[in-house]
Amino acid sequence: MSERVELAHNAAGRAVPTMVNGRPQIPFLGVGKFQPRGRKATTPIRSNKDYPDSGDKRVPDLETALRKCGLRDGMVISSHHHLRDGDKVALMALEAAAKIGVKDLLWFPSASFPSQKGAIELMEKGVIHHIEGSMNGPLGDYCTQGKMRGMGVLRSHGGRYQAIQDGEVHIDVAVIAAPAADFFGNADGSHGKSACGSLGFAFADSTYADYVIAVTDNLVPFPCVPWQIQGNNVDHVVEVESIGDPAKIVSGTTQITRSPDRLRIAELVAKFLREAGIMKNGFSFQAGAGGIALAFVQYLKQMMKEAGVKARFVRGGSTKVLVELLQEGLTDYILDGQTFDLDGVKSMANDPRHVATSPFTSYNYHGKGNFASLVDAVVLGATEVDVNFNANVVTHSDGRLLHGIGGWQNCLFSGCSILALPSFRDRIPVIVDEVTTLTGPGEMIDVIVTERGIAINPLRQDLLDAVKGSKLPIRPIQDIKAEVEKICGGKPAGPKLGDRPCAVVKWVDGTVLDTVWQVG
Amino acid sequence: MSAVETPPRSTEAGHWGKDVRSDAHVAFEVRDGGGVEISLESRVAPYYGNAILEQARGVLDELGVKHARVSIHDEGALPFVIAARLEAAVRRAGLALGKRSLPAQHPPPAPSPKDRLRRSRLYLPGSEPKYYINAALHKPDAVILDLEDSVHRAEKDAARILVRNTLRAVDFGACERMVRINQLPLGLEDLADVVGESPDLILMPKVEHPQQVAEVDRMIGELKGRNGIIRPIWIMPILESALGIENAFPIAVASENVAALTIGLEDYTADLGVARTPEGRESQYARSRVVNAARAAGVQAIDSVFSDVADMDGLRRWGESSRAMGFEGMGCIHPGQIRVVHEAFAPAPAEIEKAQKIVAAFEDAQKKGLAVVSLGSKMIDPPVVQRALKLVERAKAMGVVS
Repeated sequence: MSERVELAHNAAGRAVPTMVNGRPQIPFLGVGKFQPRGRKATTPIRSNKDYPDSGDKRVPDLETALRKCGLRDGMVISSHHHLRDGDKVALMALEAAAKIGVKDLLWFPSASFPSQKGAIELMEKGVIHHIEGSMNGPLGDYCTQGKMRGMGVLRSHGGRYQAIQDGEVHIDVAVIAAPAADFFGNADGSHGKSACGSLGFAFADSTYADYVIAVTDNLVPFPCVPWQIQGNNVDHVVEVESIGDPAKIVSGTTQITRSPDRLRIAELVAKFLREAGIMKNGFSFQAGAGGIALAFVQYLKQMMKEAGVKARFVRGGSTKVLVELLQEGLTDYILDGQTFDLDGVKSMANDPRHVATSPFTSYNYHGKGNFASLVDAVVLGATEVDVNFNANVVTHSDGRLLHGIGGWQNCLFSGCSILALPSFRDRIPVIVDEVTTLTGPGEMIDVIVTERGIAINPLRQDLLDAVKGSKLPIRPIQDIKAEVEKICGGKPAGPKLGDRPCAVVKWVDGTVLDTVWQVG
Repeated sequence: MSAVETPPRSTEAGHWGKDVRSDAHVAFEVRDGGGVEISLESRVAPYYGNAILEQARGVLDELGVKHARVSIHDEGALPFVIAARLEAAVRRAGLALGKRSLPAQHPPPAPSPKDRLRRSRLYLPGSEPKYYINAALHKPDAVILDLEDSVHRAEKDAARILVRNTLRAVDFGACERMVRINQLPLGLEDLADVVGESPDLILMPKVEHPQQVAEVDRMIGELKGRNGIIRPIWIMPILESALGIENAFPIAVASENVAALTIGLEDYTADLGVARTPEGRESQYARSRVVNAARAAGVQAIDSVFSDVADMDGLRRWGESSRAMGFEGMGCIHPGQIRVVHEAFAPAPAEIEKAQKIVAAFEDAQKKGLAVVSLGSKMIDPPVVQRALKLVERAKAMGVVS
């Protein structure tokens, strides 16, 4: 990437490239300001006469399948992260592509994980040109070191759906890992040795890609039910020995924190929901699978029991803790986008009240509404937050790209967005003057809960009023920041960022919110 | 001077490694010329690398180090920890005689009244700085910076400096700041380092004779004088042997600075040669003896710790029976125990209600100028009135009544 990149300042005051990987971009215009027109993208017309009457779409291996899909240089190949760090299919597909000899692929994963660091070698060899998708760990590092040929594009789960639907990204070949599938291509995630729960991340790809390949290690006789992925969208089925490492499919993040400081944060969040009157009969909430979020649910559960309060629905990432809520009658439904542990997987397989959802239902900008904005409160994390409540989830304060956006941006549309964070990590303050990378605009973030107190966004006078007179440690955000800087021995030095963009952060509507700069 | 007594030219202090957080390791090498050369490896280098180097130069300068090679391996340590590790390494090389490098001072809390609320005291190991900065957030009545059992023999010198810096720099909020020193005579060296930073209370381990208390009291008094400290520094002897228990009363009255008596059950049961059980029948006598001696001396009786941090029900039962025996608090080895302990030592609502009625009757009698307090048809004895007054005042301090 040697060409000069032209920059424009967007509505958040951030300098962002006007062209990304050869495509013109719209700088962020403000929340809810971008109104795209036109018609959605679609796929070529197919005819069922071209598919076997027997319904058997099996081919011997991925290489054959990719050849049959006509994979060529420069195409877009997609994969998904429902098997999380245990996924073997994405690399298997990219390596099969390397064997065919194609170059310059755009890899479009819904997220990439540390176990997929083999993709670095494929980038070095020229098989992959660049990655558009969340980059976790080593791949993020590779990107911020400026080694990737194209620019990384980070999208939320909803933003990925939006980009597929409005044609910003056209997927040539989608490769879907299926814990259960039949020869017709019907696929399900909640059964089999590699069961992972929902396949929601692959749903868009199955309907909008030119070609779809289902890869399974658990071929069942037709019909595979429930068909989370419908065989009528699938071109080829490939059977392999194993699609993933079960130990890593079920994420290790479902450990409830034992740190007393983090437990304190979790309890403060639960108390906030109670004191602010959000925890009431028929309410809804979403919490991730991080240690604080899980502990928060435990505390909230206790408070719900004491108050005799029941939720109408909770949004997953589901975990054992949410499943217990369902089983104990404290919520009517779990609407689940991603399943983090075995209890979640089992519950989804066996309990009709535990419903698999996709980014289409939950998060999509081009949907006729989405579930995220119906949720009363959401509890999220962040790497940094600034005094204007802007938050960063993708880079660390040193500018290194280490995390994906996930559903984080989409969740900010809930009635009350809460970031639960330790006020400093090691010696590094989490509240800063200005976030390194803007991932969520401050106007969308309502409450910051730290172990040293709770800061409420001044834009939310209603919340400030609601907790007035409570015993909660409500403090101005500057106050907490000043205390932490005193503890840490002054303000940290800012990151040494280069002037070369190596990735962009998209807002949920497809506009460019910020730039990730090359580090060092 | 024999070769053994010559201090080493190369020393180290502190800890580093993948699992170490909020600490730093310093390798220090004296040299004959060439000035001070510092190298730094830090997980927070992009943020505080320059600040750490600058701080290190300042500390070494204050300690009078002219020529040395120093290598710092930092795991996100806060400035008061970095300073302590540097000073420990320098002192181990036999330098910095009569010098010290103190971190910026956080204003100490108000002096501690002798009979303040002491339901919970949270133990903080003297060589684990990561626990200090957030300890007060969990709202124990006191924190104990421990120089005794949680610190390895070879680390006593470094822990002392760390604890001194901690007393000076860390905001412990409303918590009483206690230090557990080592047994004498090592404990006297501990005092020499920490008293200058005005701890509120010194815990003395394994006390068996009143003379030990008197010695510590004398030393504290001397050090206070030398440092110009006028606020009180209380003493809490820990009785941890059969002999200590037998001498409970003389120990409690050995100095008017003794504010409380406590018991160490691990060592006590070991001394008896019995197992410590969750019910504590084996220590019933000793604990009652401590309560009785403490009350006789007019000081508080404080219970031992409950060592199973996962067993909250057991902890609650222990705390409740402990309160029923006359103890006013106990030790906590994990922040998670604090809330349960506070609940266990809180008076029951019925008790409070009764006490409030007695207090109201007392105030009414005072107003009317009556010497006899009566509630309904019953006359209330003066000791009962006193107990009610104290209970209501305590309940207010605990936040159980407003």
